[in-house]
Amino acid sequence: MAEQEPETDDGVQLDLISAERMENKTSMEKIRMILDSVHDGDIVVLEQGLTPDEESKLIEVTMTEINPDGFTGIEIESFPRSETKESGFLGRLMGKDEDPAKLTVIGPANQIQSLHKDETLISALLKRK
Amino acid sequence: MGLFADLRDSISAVTAKLFAGESEDPKRIGIYGPPNAGKTTLANRIARDWTGDAVGPESHIPHETRRARRKENVEIERDGHTVSIDIVDTPGVTTKVDYEEFLDHDMEKDEAVRRSREATEGVAEAMHWLREDVDGVIYVLDSTTDPFTQVNTMLIGIIESRDLPVLILANKTDLEDSKVQRIRNAFPQHETIELSALEGENMDEVYDRIAEKFG
Ligand SMILES: Nc1nc2c(ncn2[C@@H]2O[C@H](COP(=O)(O)OP(=O)(O)OP(=O)(O)O)[C@@H](O)[C@H]2O)c(=O)[nH]1
Ligand SMILES: [Mg+2]
Repeated sequence: MAEQEPETDDGVQLDLISAERMENKTSMEKIRMILDSVHDGDIVVLEQGLTPDEESKLIEVTMTEINPDGFTGIEIESFPRSETKESGFLGRLMGKDEDPAKLTVIGPANQIQSLHKDETLISALLKRK
Repeated sequence: MGLFADLRDSISAVTAKLFAGESEDPKRIGIYGPPNAGKTTLANRIARDWTGDAVGPESHIPHETRRARRKENVEIERDGHTVSIDIVDTPGVTTKVDYEEFLDHDMEKDEAVRRSREATEGVAEAMHWLREDVDGVIYVLDSTTDPFTQVNTMLIGIIESRDLPVLILANKTDLEDSKVQRIRNAFPQHETIELSALEGENMDEVYDRIAEKFG
């Protein structure tokens, strides 16, 4: 792994984004907002994660923005959608497509040493600048 | 966003070419999974078994497949009837690509940068198709590695949200530390079949299940 280019300051910014803030955004607006933060070296924590469709678009757009002089992509972890919900009446009513992941952490791959998850804990180890 | 729009156009063009098909049949089956799982090895085995020639090169270097490759009209015979599918071997899906990792594989910088750019474009295409253009998915996993990864969870979630029929293949059972049950536990809602694509172990069952699922 390469040495990081020095940031303008040496802190790491953590953006904790409420479900409310995302609720009226389009998929592309959400993805843009996430990737803009990640490009700045920030770690984004979404109270409510993305839908499967949004996740696939996030991967697609991330890939188009990777370049050899800096951005190597993202690390992402989330607590998964509950299994029971989609089979239930409400799940069917809402459509599986609409069902978002729970809390989700996204950060720049080259600044995160590791991102680990078990059922109830996501743990991010950041590189020291 | 101009670049992105351009890319989208070229993706659509490639998509149209790769996936253009006049009739509904045969079904387009995408072979997806993380890098190095053995997708191309499997695609080549299927193609060799039923058409006589291969799909593309296999390699221990991740991101060997950087452009999806399609093999059309693969006719699989099961119990007297024939199932016809197009198989599309896709690049291993990931959320990050660092060209410097290729330098460890004895590559010059230029070559590594080119390879990583191709890899990112290929993954973007593969994601795009998964939303638009595949009728079913063969999801290949290396059974010697941990299946509980975010990429696997997200991809299986995307496949489920699109209601695509999916078979999970637990590959590399010839290796000593292969753990098929770990994969069954990770995705209990789906059918998992074990195999060694390299050695050709258990291919009969793989073809049975493919015929059942996608026929
Ligand atoms: N032991 C063993 N090795 C395998 C098996 N299948 C594939 N391999 C090896 O795993 C490596 C990766 O195989 P590929 O088929 O190129 O993997 P892929 O999933 O297409 O990889 P990408 O195109 O990079 O995403 C190669 O060295 C293969 O020989 C298997 O069943 N057993
Ligand atoms: Mg391959």
